[in-house]
Amino acid sequence: MQKIILAAAVFGMLTGAAFSQAPNFDDPAEFAKQRDQLTATFNGPADQPYLQYAGDSMADTASFKKEGPWTVCFSNAGVNNPWRVVGYTDMTEEVKLHPEIGTFTHVDAEGSDDKQIADIDDLLAGGNCSVLIVSPNSTAALTPAVEKACAAGLPVIVFDRGVTTDCPVTFVHPVGGYGFGIQAAEHIIANVPAGGKVLMLRILPGVDVLETRASGARNMFKEAGLEVLGEEFTDGDNAKTKSIVEDYLQRGTIDAVWMDAGATAVAAVEAFEDQGVDVPVVTGEDQQDYLQKWRDLGFKGIAPTYPTYQWRTAIIAAVNTLKGEQVPSPEWILPQPAITQDVLDQYINEKMPPLHYAMCGCEDMPNYPQAWGGTE
Amino acid sequence: MTDTPLSTPRRFRFERHASTILLVSAVALYIALIIIMGQTRFLTLENLVAILGRSITLGITAIGQTFAILVASIDLSVASLISASAVVTSVVMNGDPAMMLPAVLAVLALGAVVGLANGLVITKLEVNPLIATLGMSLIIQGVLSYYYNNFAGNVPVEFQVFAYGTVGIVPFSLMFMFVLAGCAWFVLRFSRFGSDVYSVGGNKDAARLAGIKTDRVVIGAHVICSLCAAIAGIYLASRLRSGAPWIGAEGVYDLESIAVVVIGGTVLAGGRGGIWGTIAGVIIFSLIDSIFNVAGVDAFVKQVLRGIIIVAAVAFYAARSKRPVA
Amino acid sequence: MSAQSLPQPTAATRRLPRINPVYVLVVALILAIIVMNPAFGEPTGYMNFLKRVTALAILSAGALYVIVSGGFDLSVGSIMTLTVIGSSMLASNDPNSTYWIIPLMLGIGAVIGLINGLVVSYLKVPSLIATLGMMITLNGVAFMWSGGAPRGYLPDTFRFFGRYNITDIPVISLLPIAVICLVVFGVILWWGMHRTNFGRMLHAVGDNQQAARLAGVPVERVRISAFVVSALTAVLAGVILGGRAGVSVDIGSGFELQAITAAVIGGAQLLGGRGSVPATIAGALALEAIFTLLNLLGLAQPVRLVVQGLILIGAVAFATYQRKRAGR
Repeated sequence: MQKIILAAAVFGMLTGAAFSQAPNFDDPAEFAKQRDQLTATFNGPADQPYLQYAGDSMADTASFKKEGPWTVCFSNAGVNNPWRVVGYTDMTEEVKLHPEIGTFTHVDAEGSDDKQIADIDDLLAGGNCSVLIVSPNSTAALTPAVEKACAAGLPVIVFDRGVTTDCPVTFVHPVGGYGFGIQAAEHIIANVPAGGKVLMLRILPGVDVLETRASGARNMFKEAGLEVLGEEFTDGDNAKTKSIVEDYLQRGTIDAVWMDAGATAVAAVEAFEDQGVDVPVVTGEDQQDYLQKWRDLGFKGIAPTYPTYQWRTAIIAAVNTLKGEQVPSPEWILPQPAITQDVLDQYINEKMPPLHYAMCGCEDMPNYPQAWGGTE
Repeated sequence: MTDTPLSTPRRFRFERHASTILLVSAVALYIALIIIMGQTRFLTLENLVAILGRSITLGITAIGQTFAILVASIDLSVASLISASAVVTSVVMNGDPAMMLPAVLAVLALGAVVGLANGLVITKLEVNPLIATLGMSLIIQGVLSYYYNNFAGNVPVEFQVFAYGTVGIVPFSLMFMFVLAGCAWFVLRFSRFGSDVYSVGGNKDAARLAGIKTDRVVIGAHVICSLCAAIAGIYLASRLRSGAPWIGAEGVYDLESIAVVVIGGTVLAGGRGGIWGTIAGVIIFSLIDSIFNVAGVDAFVKQVLRGIIIVAAVAFYAARSKRPVA
Repeated sequence: MSAQSLPQPTAATRRLPRINPVYVLVVALILAIIVMNPAFGEPTGYMNFLKRVTALAILSAGALYVIVSGGFDLSVGSIMTLTVIGSSMLASNDPNSTYWIIPLMLGIGAVIGLINGLVVSYLKVPSLIATLGMMITLNGVAFMWSGGAPRGYLPDTFRFFGRYNITDIPVISLLPIAVICLVVFGVILWWGMHRTNFGRMLHAVGDNQQAARLAGVPVERVRISAFVVSALTAVLAGVILGGRAGVSVDIGSGFELQAITAAVIGGAQLLGGRGSVPATIAGALALEAIFTLLNLLGLAQPVRLVVQGLILIGAVAFATYQRKRAGR
C-alpha cells in the first residue's frame, strides 16, 4: 500500500511539475479592466439593471429573425444551489412576460458536464429549438457541445460561466470575479488598520469565478499591508465554517473575515457571537439572512453581488435575437453593484426566504414575491 | 450460478429475462409518453442514438463494476479513479498527438495498479471491500486534488475523435462500449476465469475447496473493474477535452454504476448475473433521463423518482429470493 | 461474544489488545492537540470540540445498530437534511413550534426507518441499495419541499440544543446543551445495545441470521427496529446539527459515510455481529480529533482525505489481524 501511494505521489509530482498548466486566475490586465468596469457608466435604463450593458459593440441578429411562437431551449448546469434557484425563478418569470415564447424547454444537467453534453445532444436531435440558451457547468468541457449547436445554425446565448468559442450570439455576465473580490477587499482595507489580520474563507478551489474573487482580494491585502491569517475552504458548509472560525479565534484575534460567497457568512458571524467576541468586519453577499444579521448586529459589513438578474437578461437576449434586434455582443456585460451600509435597508425584505438574493432585479415582476418563496 | 439450475424452471426463466422485461417496459413507457405528449419528433434514429450515447461513461464503468459485484465484492473507488484517469490523460497528452499512446498506457497502468491494490487489500488484509475501496477512493481523491484543483492539460483534437467521431450517425464510443461489453461477456461465458468468477461469487469456500485460487480471482475482478474505470476516464477526458479532479464525483459514477449493475439483475451478494443485464440497466437509466427530459420533470422530482425506481427495480428481482440479504 | 475468548490460557499476554485501541487513539490525539494548541485544554477549547462532534457521535451510535444487525444505512445523512429543511419550513419563525416539530420529525424518522426495514426484510432488497434509494429519494424530497433553497429560519428554541451553552458553571465554566444531549443519548443507546435483550438479539442476527432464526429470534422485527433506531438518531443528529449550523439544503450530505467510518474506527465489524456504542462514540471523537489535528498542522483538505482513507483501511485491517490472532 505505502509503496503504491508513494509511487502515485511521485508520479503526481513529476507530471505536476512537468505539465501543470493551471488556467491563469491572476491576470493583472483583467483585474484592472474589471476594477474600471465596477465604476463605469452602463448604457440602458437606470432603473432596470438587467437591461444595462457596458460598451457599444452590438451584434446584428437579422439572420436569426423568426416568426413566433418560438421554442426556447435552455440547457442548465443545475439548480443545485440557492443562487441558481433564485436565478432560475427569475428566468421562468421572465419567460412569462413574452407571449411569443410558445414552449420553454428546460433540461437540467444536475451539475455534471457529461450529462450536460448529452442534454445538448438531445435538444439538437429532437428539441425543435428556435434558440438555445446554455448556462455551462464548466467552460472548456461544454465548448464542443456549444460549437455543435452553432454549427447546426441555432442562435446560442451563453450566460454565467462562459465557453471558449465566440460562435454564440452573446455571452451574458456581470463584471466578474475580480470585481467581487475587489469590492469586498476594498471595504476591509478601508476599515482595518494596516497590519490587521484577515481570515479568507472560500467555498472550494478550482471554480473560475471563485478563484478570481480570491486572487483579486489577496493581491490587494498584500499591497495594503494586511496579514492574511489563512485561506480556508468551507465547502459551503455552515458547520464547517463555524468550526474553522472557532479554531482561528482560539488561536488569536481576527480583524476581518473575507468571504468569496455569502451563503455561509451568517455561520461565520455566529461563530463570533457564540464565543462572546465582538463581530469584526465580515463580508458577505446579497443573501437576506446576511443582510438582516448585518443590520441587527450592526457590524461593518458589505455585500458584493453576482447578480441573479443575469438569468432574466439571458431570456431577453434570446427574445431580441429571435426578433432580429441588436444585442450587445460578443459579451453583454451587466453592472455588478455592491450593497453598502447606506443602501442596506432598501435591500432588506423580511418576507423573503433566508437565502434569497436581494440583487435579483425581480421586484418589478408580476409574481414577486410569491414565486421566490416570499410572503405578501 | 451454482444453484439456480436446481430451482424451479419458472423462476430460472424469470431471473434470466427480468432485465429484458424491465428494459422493454422502459422502452414502452418512453414511446407511450412520446405519443401521449405528441412529441413524435423524438422518435427518430438520431434521438435513439443520442439516448444510447448518453451514458457511455457510466456504461464502461458499470461493465467493470459487474465483475467486482459478481465476485461478491464492490468497488467504490471508480469515481475517483475516473477523475484521476481523465486528469492523467489530459495532462500527459497536453495537446500533443504524439503523446496519445503513452497517455493511454499510463492510465491503464494506473488502473491496473489501483485494481491490484484494491484486490490485495481485500484478499490479503481481509478488509471489507466497501471499506477498502472507500478508503482507496479517499486516497486517490486526496493525492489527485493535492496536485490539481482545476481542469489540467488538454486533449489533442485527434484524440477527441474517440468521443466525438462517428460512423454514419453512430459514435465510435458507442460501438466501443458494445465491443467492450461483448468482450466481457465472452470472458465471463467462455473462459476459465469467467466460470471461476461465478464460483467464487456464489460460494467462496466451496470454490476454494474445488481448487480455485479464490484470491487471484477476486484480484483479477478488481483489476478488470479498475481498468474499465480508467478507460471511462480516458473517454471522459476525450469528451470534455480535458480532465478535472471532480468530474468522477460529479457524475456519481460510483453509486450509479452499482445501481445499474443491480438493476440489471446482478445480485449484490455475488455469483449471479451478467453483462447484458448491466447494459440493459445502463440503457434503462438513459431512457429514464430522456423520459424526464421529454416530460420536463422538475429536477427534484426526478431525484425522488430515481431513488424509488432503483429500489423498486431491485425489489422486482429480490422479493422472491429466499436468501437472507445484508 | 467475548465469553468465547475468556478461557484462553494465555490471557495475560492477550489482555492488552482487549482494551479497544480506539480509546488509546483518542487520548493520544487529544494530547497531541493540546501540545500543539494549549488553548484546547481550556474549557472553551474542549467543550467546543465536544459540541462540534455531538451530531456525528449520536448519529454513528445509532447507525451502529444497523451495522451490528448486519446491514448498512446510507439514508441517515439525508434524514438529517430532511429534518433541518422540514423543520425550517414548518417553523415559520414561531418559537413555540419547536415543541411539536421535533416530535413530528421523530415520527417521520420512525416511518422512514420502518420503510427501510420493511424493504430490506420483506422485499429482500440489500440494505446498501434500499438505503441508497432512500437517500436519493429523501434528498429529492427535501429539495422539493423547499424548492431548492431554504425557505425559513430555525427558531432559537429549536437551535437551543445545538447552539447554546450553560455558562458560569464552576470548574468547567461552560456546558453546551449539545454535550448534555451527547451524554444522555449516548447512555440510552449504550443501554439499548449492551444491556437489553433487544441488543443481544441484534448481535445474534448480525452474527448469523439463520442461527438466530432457529434460536427463535424474530429476525425481521429485530432488523426493522435497528433501522428505526438508526433513523430516529439521525433525526436527533439533524436537530443538533441544524441548531449548531443553521439551515442549508445539503447539511447532512456525507454524514452517512462518516458514521460508518466512526463505527469502523471504533472496531465495529461490517456485516454484523460486533460493535460497541462507547467505542463508536470514541471513533467519532477520534475522527473529529484527526481533522482538528490536521488543521492545526496546516495540512490542506487533500491530505485530510488521504489520511482518512489510510485510517479507514488501517483500522479494519488491524481489527481483522487482531481477530485472527485471537483465533476467531
